Amino acid sequence: MGSVTFDLEQTPVREINHFIHKDADIGDKIAITNAGGAHSIACGCDKELEIIIDGHAGYYAGGMNKDAEITISGSAGTGVGENMMSGKIHVKGFASNGAGASAHGGLLVINGDAGLRCGISLKGGDIVVGGSVGSFSGFMAQAGRMVICGNAADALGDSLYEAIIYLRGEVKSLGADAQFEPMTDDDYAVVAELLSQAGEDFKKFDPKEFKRIASSKSLYHWNSDANQEY
Amino acid sequence: MAEHKSISKEESYSFDRSAIDYIRNAAAHGLYEIRGMGAKRKLPSFDDLVFLGASNSRYPLEGYREKCSTKTILGTRFAKKPIELEIPITIAGMSFGSLSANVKEALGRAATEVGTSTTTGDGGMTQEERQSSKTLVYQCLPSRYGFNPDDLRKADAIEVVIGQGAKPGGGGMLLGQKVSPRVAGMRTLPEGIDQRSACRHPDWTGPDDLAIKITELREITDWEKPIYVKVGATRTFNDVKLAVHSGADVVVVDGMQGGTAATQTCFIEHIGIPTLAAVKQAVAALEDLDMKGKVQLIVSGGIRTGADVAKALAMGADAVSIGQGVLIALGCNGETYYQNGEHHDASADYAALGTCAGFCHHCHTGKCPVGITTQDEILEQRLTPEVGAKHLKNYLKTLNMELTTIARACGKQNVHHLEREDLVALTIEAAAMAGLPLAGTNWIPGM
Ligand SMILES: Cc1cc2nc3c(=O)[nH]c(=O)nc-3n(C[C@H](O)[C@H](O)[C@H](O)COP(=O)(O)O)c2cc1C
Ligand code: SF4
Repeated sequence: MGSVTFDLEQTPVREINHFIHKDADIGDKIAITNAGGAHSIACGCDKELEIIIDGHAGYYAGGMNKDAEITISGSAGTGVGENMMSGKIHVKGFASNGAGASAHGGLLVINGDAGLRCGISLKGGDIVVGGSVGSFSGFMAQAGRMVICGNAADALGDSLYEAIIYLRGEVKSLGADAQFEPMTDDDYAVVAELLSQAGEDFKKFDPKEFKRIASSKSLYHWNSDANQEY
Repeated sequence: MAEHKSISKEESYSFDRSAIDYIRNAAAHGLYEIRGMGAKRKLPSFDDLVFLGASNSRYPLEGYREKCSTKTILGTRFAKKPIELEIPITIAGMSFGSLSANVKEALGRAATEVGTSTTTGDGGMTQEERQSSKTLVYQCLPSRYGFNPDDLRKADAIEVVIGQGAKPGGGGMLLGQKVSPRVAGMRTLPEGIDQRSACRHPDWTGPDDLAIKITELREITDWEKPIYVKVGATRTFNDVKLAVHSGADVVVVDGMQGGTAATQTCFIEHIGIPTLAAVKQAVAALEDLDMKGKVQLIVSGGIRTGADVAKALAMGADAVSIGQGVLIALGCNGETYYQNGEHHDASADYAALGTCAGFCHHCHTGKCPVGITTQDEILEQRLTPEVGAKHLKNYLKTLNMELTTIARACGKQNVHHLEREDLVALTIEAAAMAGLPLAGTNWIPGM
């Protein structure tokens, strides 16, 4: 187990990613300073590493992550943690569009707000957002859970499959086939667990304040009477 | 004297029997038709072109003796490990889900034997196809069903699918009867539901984002693998240019004749441009950017014969890819299927789908009478990987022999030396679309 620091002003992303893929050992700590909005930082990690990105990350930070724990001290661009399989990504600032898109596993935590389509096409990953999410969040989300501590814009959970969304604030509108459902004890436990995994900043939220949104499953089968909503 | 036609039995051009049948069906069911395969109507195509073989002004090569190379290299622009193929004829991406696992394995075996590549499809990579394919292209589709970094690293190339010729601008649909437990598991969705595949990628919109996405895929795979970008043929000149600007190593252009496993008929027949027109535009785009030969072009959509392949190459493609032709080589639309050492009549199964051999396009039902586009445990036994691979290998070898025969007749030692100058068009439409002179003239309409 070692620790190494890369300065993105000195070393290109390609070299850092190459190091992460080929040379880093399980348990290594890697600090990346002066992130400066570079794209694809620490994408394709495939082992347990602790990666700290200092500054703002560009597109696809931690994309397709497996096993690594990545912290971004600033904000993250489009597609942070896209297609993540496992591990954890924590964005201390805000996240842009498509945060956690298609994530199959792992946990994505965003302290601030997330942009459009947060959790789109989610496939089993979990997402906890401290702030609000933009329109079409949870679009066609298939599996996994989203905990939104703020509000949601239009069309939340449009065309949801089996993923479940927990929302604390208000929603501007629900998307096609999404509906509010009563919270069960299991739901409260899930929210409590995810908030606790999300860390200190999320302790202030009470699971009792959350509402459950899931699919009404009326679009699971193609139906000509669905008035083109399919 | 011409046969007398009674006015009282005159068929309308606008409302012929097909149009009447279509309206009746729409009125009865309130549903548009979804079907498999490609456009069925007559379109300007490679059939409307002919080669000018060698004669007094050109020197032919001896057909059975002199060498004619078919080696094809794809992905030379940025990838550390470009794809090297023995022939310029590849197997198009077809999803596991639409095809059975046996068929996927058959494709891999045949492709490996003749030295070409296969491609995954919507729904991810199966073990069968990875094991049986020496060279496997892994698709990154909007749905991202089954997409994961382990398979990405196992692939030999990556194909970002923006669209397909059968349905540019459309997503996909896998009807519930094909969503078996294995298919559902790979796609993380409940068994038996009608699965929609998105029409847009979840994490990028537009060519500027695509450039960043492609860089991410390169970063994840340490810049080793070629990245293809596949577009359905519509505004092909611009789309190819944008794909090149986004950093593609290879652009795949799929014309409107291209097959599908399940799409609305109105899409298949009415959206997109014919392959012939698309090749011309794609090549023009590469030339405009001075990228011809640096970014490779794969053309698909309605390729059936070695002559089609030769014409695509002469127009400027580096390779072709084939879907429907491959299915037909495996037995699609055949009257019989071969099981336990004997041929069995499939006509009752076609009849149950309301069709017969030669006309079938019922891949979407999952009840393929010859066991190709199915997930049904009984039906899929109708095609074993061994039998499928044997026929497909024969088909690919035949295409390649035809291709080299034509190339030699045009005096070329390498099929990639075929050129536009070797071709003329038989119709004014084809001449205009392909930008080639009408046979016997120097006239290129519009030039
Ligand atoms: C059964 C079937 C399944 C297909 N599945 C996919 C797919 O998953 N992804 C894709 O990009 N194209 C898919 N296609 C389109 C092919 O990749 C290819 O573009 C087309 O078949 C080429 O035209 P051709 O069939 O006339 O040769 C499919 C085609 C067929 C016939
Ligand atoms: S025979 Fe099978 S593969 Fe061919 S069109 Fe019919 S259902 Fe599709």
